[in-house]
Amino acid sequence: MTPDVEAAVAEAFHAEWGRVVATLVRVTGDWDLAEECAQDAFAAALERWPRDGIPRSPGAWLTTVARHRAVDRARRARLGESKTREVARMAAGGEDIETSGDAEMPDDRLGLMFTCCHPALSFEAQVALTLRTLAGMTTPEIAHAFLVPEATMAQRLVRAKRKIRNAGIPFAVPPSHQLVERTAALLAVLYLLFNEGYSASSGADLVRCSLTAEAIRLGRVLCTLMPDEPEALGLVALMLFHDARSAARVDGNGDLIVLSEQDRTRWDAAAIAEGRLRLDAAARLGRPGPFQLQAAIAACHVRDQPATDWAEIAALYDQLYALTPSAVVALNRAVAVSMSEGPAAGLVLLDRIALDGELRAYHLLPAARADMLRRLGRRAEAAESYRRAFYLAGTDAERRYLERRLLEATA
Amino acid sequence: MRYALMIALDESAGLRDPELQNDEISPEYAAFMKDAADRGVLLGGERLRLTSDATTVRVRNGETLTVDGPFAETKEQLAGFFLVECKNLDEAIDVASRIPGAKDGSIEVRPIWEQ
Repeated sequence: MTPDVEAAVAEAFHAEWGRVVATLVRVTGDWDLAEECAQDAFAAALERWPRDGIPRSPGAWLTTVARHRAVDRARRARLGESKTREVARMAAGGEDIETSGDAEMPDDRLGLMFTCCHPALSFEAQVALTLRTLAGMTTPEIAHAFLVPEATMAQRLVRAKRKIRNAGIPFAVPPSHQLVERTAALLAVLYLLFNEGYSASSGADLVRCSLTAEAIRLGRVLCTLMPDEPEALGLVALMLFHDARSAARVDGNGDLIVLSEQDRTRWDAAAIAEGRLRLDAAARLGRPGPFQLQAAIAACHVRDQPATDWAEIAALYDQLYALTPSAVVALNRAVAVSMSEGPAAGLVLLDRIALDGELRAYHLLPAARADMLRRLGRRAEAAESYRRAFYLAGTDAERRYLERRLLEATA
Repeated sequence: MRYALMIALDESAGLRDPELQNDEISPEYAAFMKDAADRGVLLGGERLRLTSDATTVRVRNGETLTVDGPFAETKEQLAGFFLVECKNLDEAIDVASRIPGAKDGSIEVRPIWEQ
């Protein structure tokens, strides 16, 4: 097979898998059948595209083939006569394989996203279903990405699909009075996917790293399907700003490089530009939210000028804290204040957070304190805090970073 | 689809509440039932006596064992249920969220196992 065709099939898989599955779920109501038929359609593409050429609209081609497969499979499974007729009627849909273009092709992915991320399913099931049905990851890949045995993941998917069927979880965009809450649940799933991939991005584990790309891809689809949802735009912008820096945030030894010391020429300028466009589009909708604020903060860190506007960042954290008053947000706000107003002002805020006790086991609290003490020249206290942070840190890269800082403070 | 909406309440908290001892249906429940009937979803439902009036029956080796009390000691007890006919789970959740008991207890939404 020519590399061209192979690339076209791979691209179609990323772009069209979810759309084909979504349409098949809508017309047949059968999730397993939908996945099998989508798989068949991509297998057919690998076979026929090298011979017949790449169709003008790969998505429409794949959907039509998958619909025909659904009819075949329903027949072969000897479903009752009426059920076969019903699938045949629905799957035929009157679309011509050669003439239909993307414009006429229905996009059912939004309904499928809301089904996958329905709060009546466990969060783990939501994440797994989203990756399987919308991103087309295989069960072994998803199991690997979440570090659970394959059988456990397969069981999780089977249970989730059974509950969707038995409990009547709808395949639909929720009504307006449920939309805000349900959209938040959907965005939370995408953000978790991104973070899972991002936290693995210093390693060589390609499957786990691909989660960031899948999260961004699905986020972009969501922005297209819900153009009036500013938080979707905010989330995609946030993911893009983080992802743009991923190549520059670790060195050749896998050690963390702090933002101020990163090589800016290794940042992905196109991703940053897209993030800004999306954040601007979100701002025009005039409904701020947590993801937009986090994206705005991330945007401050990837500006062209080397000097970071910490006063602006502290103000953004103020707004974020007003919407989501968590101890972690308070900690980040204290760090921003220490940069804009000085370490003494930051320490006052840290003391308040420490009193609260919620972040007792969180290594970044003593790490932030150590940094402020170091800047105040209180070296012995700084060393003590670095030591505490070192013991609480979760990854080797973080421990190595804190160890270097500790050595500097005690030198 | 048909769903059972089961209302679980903490009776020990409820005992302090004269409402739970009252024979009359509270105005809140009357309003909920009227609303649900108007929307055409309500098929039926009953309020249950407290678990102090419950009897649990088991048959083991052909012998009937009868004991005082509910089948499980839990923090919340089944206080009543409604049977509703809804388009899908979203509609059932919507109806469940309007049951007055949802504010201080919990509503379990269970699909009916249709034969």
